[in-house]
Amino acid sequence: MTSIYDANGKNIPCTVIEAGPCVVTQIRSKEKEGYDAIQLAFEDKKEKHTTKALKGHFAKAGISPKKVLAEFTRFEVGHMKQFGDVLKVDIFEEGEFIDVVGISKGKGFQGVVKRHHFHGVGEATHGQHNRLRAPGSVGASSWPSRVFPGLRMAGRMGGDRVKVINLQILKIILDKNLVLVKGAVPGSNGSYVIIERWK
Amino acid sequence: MNRAETIKFVEDTFIAKKEFPVFKAGDTITVQYKIKEGNKERIQNFQGVVLQRSGKGENETFTVRKISGNIGVERIFPCSSPFIEKIEVNKKGVVRRARIFYLRGLRGKKARIREERV
Repeated sequence: MTSIYDANGKNIPCTVIEAGPCVVTQIRSKEKEGYDAIQLAFEDKKEKHTTKALKGHFAKAGISPKKVLAEFTRFEVGHMKQFGDVLKVDIFEEGEFIDVVGISKGKGFQGVVKRHHFHGVGEATHGQHNRLRAPGSVGASSWPSRVFPGLRMAGRMGGDRVKVINLQILKIILDKNLVLVKGAVPGSNGSYVIIERWK
Repeated sequence: MNRAETIKFVEDTFIAKKEFPVFKAGDTITVQYKIKEGNKERIQNFQGVVLQRSGKGENETFTVRKISGNIGVERIFPCSSPFIEKIEVNKKGVVRRARIFYLRGLRGKKARIREERV
């Protein structure tokens, strides 16, 4: 992340995303696969790190092996791209709103206060001792004699697929395929994200 | 381009470079700061001692402390802020630290900073 100044001199935090060039590697159709989708590939990788099956997949599209493959559904058929097309950032406009999907940073094993926003006890008063961040009761006693499934408890946090909606595109740098998005996106520095747009 | 280069490229492209005189912690400076009121723009001076410079590149900031009506006032300015019109260095101070937060606990005669002899 970094920040830029807008026309009024306001400092705006933003994230720089390298969005493209992406190549269409497959077109899935209702007849064959049962649904309409296009598959995009991004960022080169070495051929020796590519499996034979994927090598054949990329050879079909006539491109070098790529690191990331992502599938996009739910678009109008009229906007569908052709096999082997290259998508660049010029499909976006400055000022429009997008959704960004990423894998959030792993937080490890966390308690209920951080993981589920329990309030904790709040103060070290009301008689208790060393239970400030405890979850409290997990249910009744002889009935049901068990803990209901889905009860919020401590556990692994982060590393989930997270979508942040309505992020504004501040700037686009065409020749370097960079998009400046207002605010933060899920994931660690250098991770891969999916940009979606609804029109 | 790797990540650091990309961020630097974006900062160089969108943030205008500013030329300031050299100043460090302990110096007394005057910051001429543009203030917008409706459509009018005027310049406000903020004079005080620099407590620290922090960050680097486009994210660098500096903290200025002054005593206003017996109350200490501190203000943090981003170096790349478009509202900074000009910075004047009034006094060069001699201090042994890069961040002189000890100044906050001192008042009156004790809060003096020795001036650099040129």
